[in-house]
Amino acid sequence: MRLATGAASLLPEPEAYEQRALGFWLYLMSDAIIFALLFATYLVMVDNTAGGPGGQSLFHLAHTFGETLLLLTSSLTFGLASLALDAGSRSKVIAWLAVTFLFGLGFLAMELFEFRDMLAVGAGPQRSGFLSAFFTLVGTHGLHVSAGLLFILVMICQVAVKGLAAPVASRLLRLGFFWHFLDIVWIGIFSVVYLPALL
Amino acid sequence: MDSCHLIRTPILHPAGPVALAERDLLLSAVLIMLIVIVPVFAMTFLFVWRYRATGGRGRYTPNWTYSAGVDAVVWLVPAAIVVSLSILLWRETHALDPYRPLPSDREPLQVEAIAQDWKWLFIYPEQDIATVNELVFPAGRPLSIRITSDTVMNAFFIPALGGQIYAMAGMQTRLNLLADRPGCFRGRNMQYSGDGFPEQHFAAHALPTAEFGEWVNRVRQSPARLDKRAYLALAAPSIGHPVGYYSGVAPGLFDHVIAKYAGGHTQ
Amino acid sequence: MLGRLSTDALPFYSWVALSGAVITVVTFIAVIGLITRFGKWGYLWREWLTSLDHKRIGIMYVLLALVMLLRGFVDAAMMRAQQAVAHNSDGYLPPEHFDQIFSSHGTIMVFFMAMPFLTGLINIIMPQQIGARDVAFPFLNSASLGLTAAGAGLVLISLVIGRFSTAGWTGYPPYSGVTTNPGVGVDYWIWAIQLSGIGTTLSGINFIVTILKRRAPGMTLLRMPLFCWTTLASSTLMIFAFPALTVATALLALDRVFGMHFFTNADGGNLMNYINLFWIWGHPEVYILILPAFGIYSQVVANFSAKSLFGYKSLVFATMAIALLSFTVWLHHFFTMGASANVNAFFGIATMVIAVPTGVKVFDWLLTMFRGRITFHPAMLWTLGFIVTFVIGGMTGVLLALPPADYLMHNSTFLVAHFHNMLIPGALFGYLAGYMYWFPKAFGFTLDQRWGKRAFWCWIIGFYLAFMPLYALGFMGMARRMEHYEIAAWQPFLVTAALGATVIAIGLACLAIQLLVSIRNRANNRDLTGDPWDGRTLEWLTTSPPAPYNFALIPHVHHFDAFHEMKLRGVAYTRPTRYEDILLPRNTGAGVVLGGFAFIFGFAVVWHIWWAAIAALVGILVTVIARSFCDRIEFLVPASEIEEIENRRFLNLSKGNAL
Repeated sequence: MRLATGAASLLPEPEAYEQRALGFWLYLMSDAIIFALLFATYLVMVDNTAGGPGGQSLFHLAHTFGETLLLLTSSLTFGLASLALDAGSRSKVIAWLAVTFLFGLGFLAMELFEFRDMLAVGAGPQRSGFLSAFFTLVGTHGLHVSAGLLFILVMICQVAVKGLAAPVASRLLRLGFFWHFLDIVWIGIFSVVYLPALL
Repeated sequence: MDSCHLIRTPILHPAGPVALAERDLLLSAVLIMLIVIVPVFAMTFLFVWRYRATGGRGRYTPNWTYSAGVDAVVWLVPAAIVVSLSILLWRETHALDPYRPLPSDREPLQVEAIAQDWKWLFIYPEQDIATVNELVFPAGRPLSIRITSDTVMNAFFIPALGGQIYAMAGMQTRLNLLADRPGCFRGRNMQYSGDGFPEQHFAAHALPTAEFGEWVNRVRQSPARLDKRAYLALAAPSIGHPVGYYSGVAPGLFDHVIAKYAGGHTQ
Repeated sequence: MLGRLSTDALPFYSWVALSGAVITVVTFIAVIGLITRFGKWGYLWREWLTSLDHKRIGIMYVLLALVMLLRGFVDAAMMRAQQAVAHNSDGYLPPEHFDQIFSSHGTIMVFFMAMPFLTGLINIIMPQQIGARDVAFPFLNSASLGLTAAGAGLVLISLVIGRFSTAGWTGYPPYSGVTTNPGVGVDYWIWAIQLSGIGTTLSGINFIVTILKRRAPGMTLLRMPLFCWTTLASSTLMIFAFPALTVATALLALDRVFGMHFFTNADGGNLMNYINLFWIWGHPEVYILILPAFGIYSQVVANFSAKSLFGYKSLVFATMAIALLSFTVWLHHFFTMGASANVNAFFGIATMVIAVPTGVKVFDWLLTMFRGRITFHPAMLWTLGFIVTFVIGGMTGVLLALPPADYLMHNSTFLVAHFHNMLIPGALFGYLAGYMYWFPKAFGFTLDQRWGKRAFWCWIIGFYLAFMPLYALGFMGMARRMEHYEIAAWQPFLVTAALGATVIAIGLACLAIQLLVSIRNRANNRDLTGDPWDGRTLEWLTTSPPAPYNFALIPHVHHFDAFHEMKLRGVAYTRPTRYEDILLPRNTGAGVVLGGFAFIFGFAVVWHIWWAAIAALVGILVTVIARSFCDRIEFLVPASEIEEIENRRFLNLSKGNAL
């Protein structure tokens, strides 16, 4: 029952993109549970400082506020990229994606500076259960942002090479889900990790 | 005391009120559940026989797929059983809470148990003695055990006397037990903990009160004292550790072992 | 350069371990050699490894499961043999080796036997049952298989290079921590289940989208065969529960590799967090394994009673109720942790509540048999054996749900007997029933029924012989996982259990003989119509094996016994006036490449070969990104070719007297 070889390759039917969007939503739900459990772990361990430093002495409101501002702005600029996609403007999509990338990169850099400063005062993840939980929760978010940045770079290339064809547009849609999702998680981190320690 | 007769099936023939109540709960739950189990068995064999395609004499109604009445029975009978079991469960779980002191006119004997690789250390704070791999206590008097671990997680269990509880480093769990009559039982760590796990059992002796006093005096004559150095030596991993007696114990040793790990736990 | 990998990793520590390694290596070389000898590499690559056809991927999953079933059974037999002789003696296995064996037995049976088996059966059958041409994401499917195989590969290679975990399949810290377990064993365990866990999550997403979006017209949710419902429930549990396992084992890995303090004894770690996380996954996992089997039983019992399923909606509701409730009971795995009576009682009652929908299911199956015409196909025997045996396991499960009773039975062989009593009849019997029921659908010929029945009788007798003594030993206070013991009264029971394992071994041999005999006689057992059992659901409408597109014309569905109803109306085999072109997914090797990189990544992390781990990670990223640049992932089967295939089908149908 062999099929004809060399048959022409074709794009999937339109329903396929809808299915991919649903599949991506399900993935995000699964990922959200990972974050929920990391949040729970953090909350259980927040007092287990083992005589080491706690959040009050390690976190800085201005710094965290800066990170938040960068990430939220990147979501806004991503929204502008989406609008450009609807308008069918390839160059604007690329431009706004690039801006989003820069804001995301700025966020990541600030996070890494924060980690470096903490390590410098001996508050690394090996210090206590609290710090293990902190670095893991915030670091997992940071890894997601890094993956998102890579995703943005790939999409910039795809838009440049392939234009705004249906498969590319559907991928941009899912990148949008992902990027806004990371925003929501960050707001969670801001209010569960940083705010209680600073208030 | 070495050649005493162990109970073959300690769970079914317990020697104390806690284990007895736990066993009775088990048996009554079995009885209640037979209300469902027996019909399932009967229906399976009956239906297989009656409705077999070759030679079965049952009617054939291929389109009989629903009956509200039958559906209701099918849901309500298991539900009723679960409700009655739940009531039993709620009552007995509270009555048999291992932390709950046992009703008795005698003060409980206090013992502190520490799980080590791979042995059990028992400290008698009131008597200021300690033993390894042997737990001796008076019959007819409640036994109140505080339990912790100086290694990985263990589980403390004397099947003939009543349920087990975990021993965890940096934390304390409790068990209240009582032996109705003198006898000798076996206790062990139930939670797998490494190479020496099979050997990690101990003898538990319930003695008449007078004999318990004599035993305490015998232990008090032991030359060994459980100070911090002796404790560290004892805590090193060993398999099949012999029974050991200590005539004195460093004060607060049990709490010290907990505190060693508790750094950072909210107590 | 090679991290902690050195010649010390070779298993010269015991003769038994060394023989295991040699057998593994020789088998591997023999398989490679045979494929090369017969020049089948090209065939294997084109038709199987790179195939995105859900049926082929499903068959590869089941093959993996059967191989791992054998490996997991060898572990079980070795444990039974050890305990049968180890009264006051060391037996033939040193503790270190015995501990690896019970750890790998559990890990293999749950992650690399049961999970691939059910994923494979779902893959082969579910799309056909809903009238679809493939799953929603065929490439993701292939990647899932690659990841699962990579995990299985890590378990297998641990037999040859290094050691496996000694911390049990649950890997409880602090014992599994780096202080007490500095070797590579626990790392093998972590990365094997981490990789397969990602594969499972992706499969779950794939199945859900397939069911929600790819049903044939008229196939409303409440007309889906029960196997699809249980697949939906099981897949939902996969995506919601597996993150907990991912987190638990990832945090354990962080403790081990980076010296963090999640579950350590000191510095603010807390082992109780691990145990909670593990069972937040672990209890739903039980239903991930069992629910698909419930679906299979539902199909089989209706088919071989020649009757519609009784109480279809009740069964659907019970399935979803079980899935939902499975998240509310995890604490019953550690009633002995010292939680308050209120907490223990709450979780005990929640656990018992699950017994209600489960009981409903049992009664609905029985009522399906009531006033039916029962034929005793092996698949039906597995189902009957399941019903009788499973209620016993259910009863012991309710006993363990009573906290005070659990204090007595926890960690004993009673517990071991209980969960084997749930998972062997509840899951494995179901998969084997599915295997014998659907085999002709996958391969075009039926399995020999006599050897199937022999396999069944050996398995069920062996099961009772092997596990009833363990219940008794629980009453005698025997702990699980004992390498040797000092109580003479236990030995007769353990010898009986070993005898049971032997009978099960004969059952396994019967399965192998059945397969060989059936292949030999395949010309006589050919399934020409695609409907060998007078089936009721849509998978029996396709040819056996189905054409790559399953259905030339997507069927319209009017009833939950869709195919049965079509046959009644006489429209099952109407020849369409004309055929249309069909799009199908093109083959790709990317799934294999991903699996390969994942395996290298796992192996490198286990041995701390960091450069290789990073290289493998880059490889994974490059593969995924490269794949994302391919938009033309389908090819067209022209109508003329479909007409040719379908004409052959109608010829066979008339040969098989179906028309």
